[in-house]
Amino acid sequence: MIHFVLLISRQGKVRLTKWYSLYSQKERSKVLRELSGDILSRGPKLCNFVEWRGYKVVYKRYASLYFCMCTNQEDNELEILEIIHHFVEILDRYFGSVCELDLIFNFHKAYYILDEILIAGELQESSKKTVARLIAAQDSLLETAEEQANTISNMIVQATKK
Amino acid sequence: MGSQGGWGQSKDFLDLVKSIGETRSKAEEDRIVMNEIEILKRRITEPDIPKRKMKEYIIRLVYVEMLGHDASFGYIHAVKMTHDDSLLLKRTGYLAVTLFLNDDHDLIILIVNTIQKDLKSDNYLVVCTALTAVCKLINEETIPAVLPQVVELLGHPKESVRKKAIMALHRFYQRAPSSVAHLLSNFRKKLSDNDPGVMGATLCPLFDLIIADANSYKDLVISFVSILKQVAERRLPKSYDYHQMPAPFIQIRLLKILALLGNGDKQASEHMFTVLGDIFRRCDPSSNIGNAVLYECICCVSSIHSSPKLLESAAEVTSRFLKQSDSHNLKYMGIDALGRLIKISPEIAEDHQLAVIDCLEDPDDTLKRKTFELLYKMTKPSNVEVIADRMIDYMISINDNHYKTEIASRCVELAEQFAPSNQWFIQTMNKVFEHAGDLVNVKVAHNLMRLIAEGFGGDDEGADSQLRSSAVESYLRIIGEPKLPSLLLQVICWVLGEYGTADGKFSASYITGKLCDVAEAHPSDDIVKAYAVTAIMKICAFEIATGRKVELLPECQSLIDELSASHSTDLQQRAYELQTVLGLDALAVETIMPSDASCEDIEVDKSLSFLNGYVQESLVKGARPYIPESERSGMADISNFRSRGHHDSSTHGLKFEAYELPKPSVASRIQPVPLATSKELVPVSQPTYPQEMSQAASMPSVPETGPSELKLQLDGVQKKWGRPTYSPTVPSNSNSSSQKAVNGVAQLVVQGTVGPKTRDVSYDSRKPQVEVSPEKQKLAASLFGGSSSKTGKRPTSTSYKTTRVHSHAAEKSQIPTATVASTEHAAEKAPQPPPPDLLDLGEPTPGYTVIDPFKQLEGLLPSDASSVANSGVSASKSSDIMSLHAESPMSGLIGTVANMGPTNLDSANLLSSLSNLANRNVHGGPAAMQVAPVKKGPNPQDSLEKDAVARQVGVTPSGTNPNLFRDLLG
Repeated sequence: MIHFVLLISRQGKVRLTKWYSLYSQKERSKVLRELSGDILSRGPKLCNFVEWRGYKVVYKRYASLYFCMCTNQEDNELEILEIIHHFVEILDRYFGSVCELDLIFNFHKAYYILDEILIAGELQESSKKTVARLIAAQDSLLETAEEQANTISNMIVQATKK
Repeated sequence: MGSQGGWGQSKDFLDLVKSIGETRSKAEEDRIVMNEIEILKRRITEPDIPKRKMKEYIIRLVYVEMLGHDASFGYIHAVKMTHDDSLLLKRTGYLAVTLFLNDDHDLIILIVNTIQKDLKSDNYLVVCTALTAVCKLINEETIPAVLPQVVELLGHPKESVRKKAIMALHRFYQRAPSSVAHLLSNFRKKLSDNDPGVMGATLCPLFDLIIADANSYKDLVISFVSILKQVAERRLPKSYDYHQMPAPFIQIRLLKILALLGNGDKQASEHMFTVLGDIFRRCDPSSNIGNAVLYECICCVSSIHSSPKLLESAAEVTSRFLKQSDSHNLKYMGIDALGRLIKISPEIAEDHQLAVIDCLEDPDDTLKRKTFELLYKMTKPSNVEVIADRMIDYMISINDNHYKTEIASRCVELAEQFAPSNQWFIQTMNKVFEHAGDLVNVKVAHNLMRLIAEGFGGDDEGADSQLRSSAVESYLRIIGEPKLPSLLLQVICWVLGEYGTADGKFSASYITGKLCDVAEAHPSDDIVKAYAVTAIMKICAFEIATGRKVELLPECQSLIDELSASHSTDLQQRAYELQTVLGLDALAVETIMPSDASCEDIEVDKSLSFLNGYVQESLVKGARPYIPESERSGMADISNFRSRGHHDSSTHGLKFEAYELPKPSVASRIQPVPLATSKELVPVSQPTYPQEMSQAASMPSVPETGPSELKLQLDGVQKKWGRPTYSPTVPSNSNSSSQKAVNGVAQLVVQGTVGPKTRDVSYDSRKPQVEVSPEKQKLAASLFGGSSSKTGKRPTSTSYKTTRVHSHAAEKSQIPTATVASTEHAAEKAPQPPPPDLLDLGEPTPGYTVIDPFKQLEGLLPSDASSVANSGVSASKSSDIMSLHAESPMSGLIGTVANMGPTNLDSANLLSSLSNLANRNVHGGPAAMQVAPVKKGPNPQDSLEKDAVARQVGVTPSGTNPNLFRDLLG
């Protein structure tokens, strides 16, 4: 089971956090502080795993962003590494060659995508196509909803003008 | 699609993100965020905020919270937003609450109703969103409120809904297993769902269920194997392929499940052999995901009933992980895999001696720790000294308290199991205590005291007393050192009290003086002071008992005076007791404080038979006979009622169903009462519980039925609370016993398989190929040599050993407390050829003389071989040492330079840089760049432009060019 997902920039800035196990706000900032210290200081050739408080944190660096996932000791680290990659590929497909700015300004969309991949700390969908289809369905629905809302508000505006 | 152009956010938010991006320090960032919080606090409470604006505020709250600040003032607005009809807002609301709230938050109760409504929605997207929230927010108390609807959704026409419903049920199972106990058959059914996504999701709960109880799922072995076979043969839709592997994530999950089901079950394992062999053959060893599946295969092979052919494949893959790769990740996995495989066939480790040593000396901490874990698994009496020394050295060098504790306890465990001599044991323990200090578990200290008191078992009183006096001597040596951890001081005091004067070397006044010093040096540590006083009392008592006159030292007297006025009643009592003991005569003292009686058994009369007379008397006088608690009926209710405390008050305090319309018929109202009362009379059996639970939940709570309903639900509560208290003890027991069994087996296998000659050959053939530093070879010899020297033994001695180990196993199971001691004893007595350890050669092996000459002759053969190997080592040392030193740093440098290259490319495009790093065929370099745009929506020009912009800007807002960045946004 994955306990949490963190996205940290090279400067140690938090880009996204998702907690699947119980952590209080205080613990969360402690975790972030400890882990970003541990991970950002690691050299490029070392392994992508860090043992931490009896758990294992698997991280991978993409350009200037570190994707980290915390799992149990007995989980398969290489698999987690590929889950991270799976997530990044889906982000990439969605945003069209994703960069950090996409994630900074659309972090809520990244959350929606993450919710389709992981649920309750488990990988729920390993097909990129399925995830993409679901996200697209939600987006199109939202767009129509937004259009409706706009036309209604326009009507109201026009009505009040008269 | 996506966010081409202006990222679709309001200017305020963009400004916020931008300004935070440009901060240079955490303090500056905090200031900006605090400011933002103030703004949001003000704005969010304004009346009549347009919904669009509100949505933006919520997203800003999420952002603030993500940065680690408290946004709780806005939670309620997020909750409100989930009530909205528009999916746009509802989704934002749900996202925010799942991020804000843990499942124990008070506001959850306000969302349950909305979730209930949304689960019934016609729009499957709404249902999906609600199910995602269910997984995060629903807690034990609220499960009954949504359970029926979630179960219903298992049959939903949309596969994405079915999948999420499965995951939600899985979450319920994790939270409160009893709440879904009657629904477990659903998981089995969903395994045959025709959507692979749903099937894959079902494997998650099944995995958990099989961990809990493998036996009831043995019938599924064939289905799992056939699914795995189909997956491996690419029968699933192409969209599940990942880097040209067919559905690897599903394969991995299936392999995990098979590992559990095949553990210790030959028949089940045999079903798996073919498919596992297939996977070993099919997996692509050049891709990361291929290696992930291969690693899982190794785990599976090492867990199920072993097959020589599969073991061979597993060993092959492991050696590739360790040797042929430059990747630290694979080395790490290789070490882990090796640790699993040596449990089955320990000789595998020998082929990888040097690889293991390399990992041990690697600068990468993670790899180092993993290697220590491996060493811990392969420790034997012959190599325990080297391994323990290494562990202690590493323990001293790190600051991570968590890991320090772990490695310290491992050290202690190894020392207890394999210690070659008493001196060494005591010294090792002292070192561990000194450096790990109070991180060591208290139990460890108690164990140590017990060990010193009981000796290493057996009849050899002389060795035991020798152990004690060496302990006393070593403690007297270190007692004066400053900053000893409290735990070690306790042990010291205790040992000095019990055995300080036992061998007559030290006078009582000398010991008591030292003990007084300890107590004075630690005025704030009551526990140490208590230990010291008691120790003084013991010493005085022993003195009096032998008829000598006791003269208290002045400092001792003043200590007693001080303690009798202490704030701690415990210390006071001890001080007064000591004074009393001093006034008694020899005979009395002898009976209260018998010498060296710390490990005498104290018999406890559990049936309290000595009270029988008194009970009879009272019964005759007319007292009521005692009824055991289990047989009492009326009382149980009350005691249970009290014990349930306030925790589950909500089970009857809250109701999640809509109130029924009032019905005129009286019958339906009364109905529950007889039902419930009948339940009260009949003893409630466990298995029927779930139905009752759901019954109880669906019944409208009528005041009269209150107490009886309470009783029904209590069973569930007891079950829930009861389980965890049992579980921690059980696994730990089974673990230790299984591990020990493995140890015994492991030794046997080594002796049986490899003869002395093969070993020699392998040693010789390796030398010319690999040039290794002599230090490493030395270390390798001391680490692995033990096992190779053992391999030199003939089958005759094997049979001898076999019986020993067997009888040992029997002993162990009977007397768990004596386990450690008896192992120790056996280790000393067992015939051991001198290990080829360079460090060890000079040391005499105790117990050697006991063996008959025939066995001794046998022992000569391997010892010869080892000396040859050793001379070989030293020869290569003299000839190669220069060339080695000249070469190794150079090659290392080149390696790092070559690897620095790609990572330094600061490309803004995440994926392209990543595919440069990973050598994969699919997404290899430029090809992917060209292909990608064709495959997906946005036209290539767009993404190229964006790429260029991002390059100019620098990837992060804090980039070197803030002006450019502003332009981009404006």
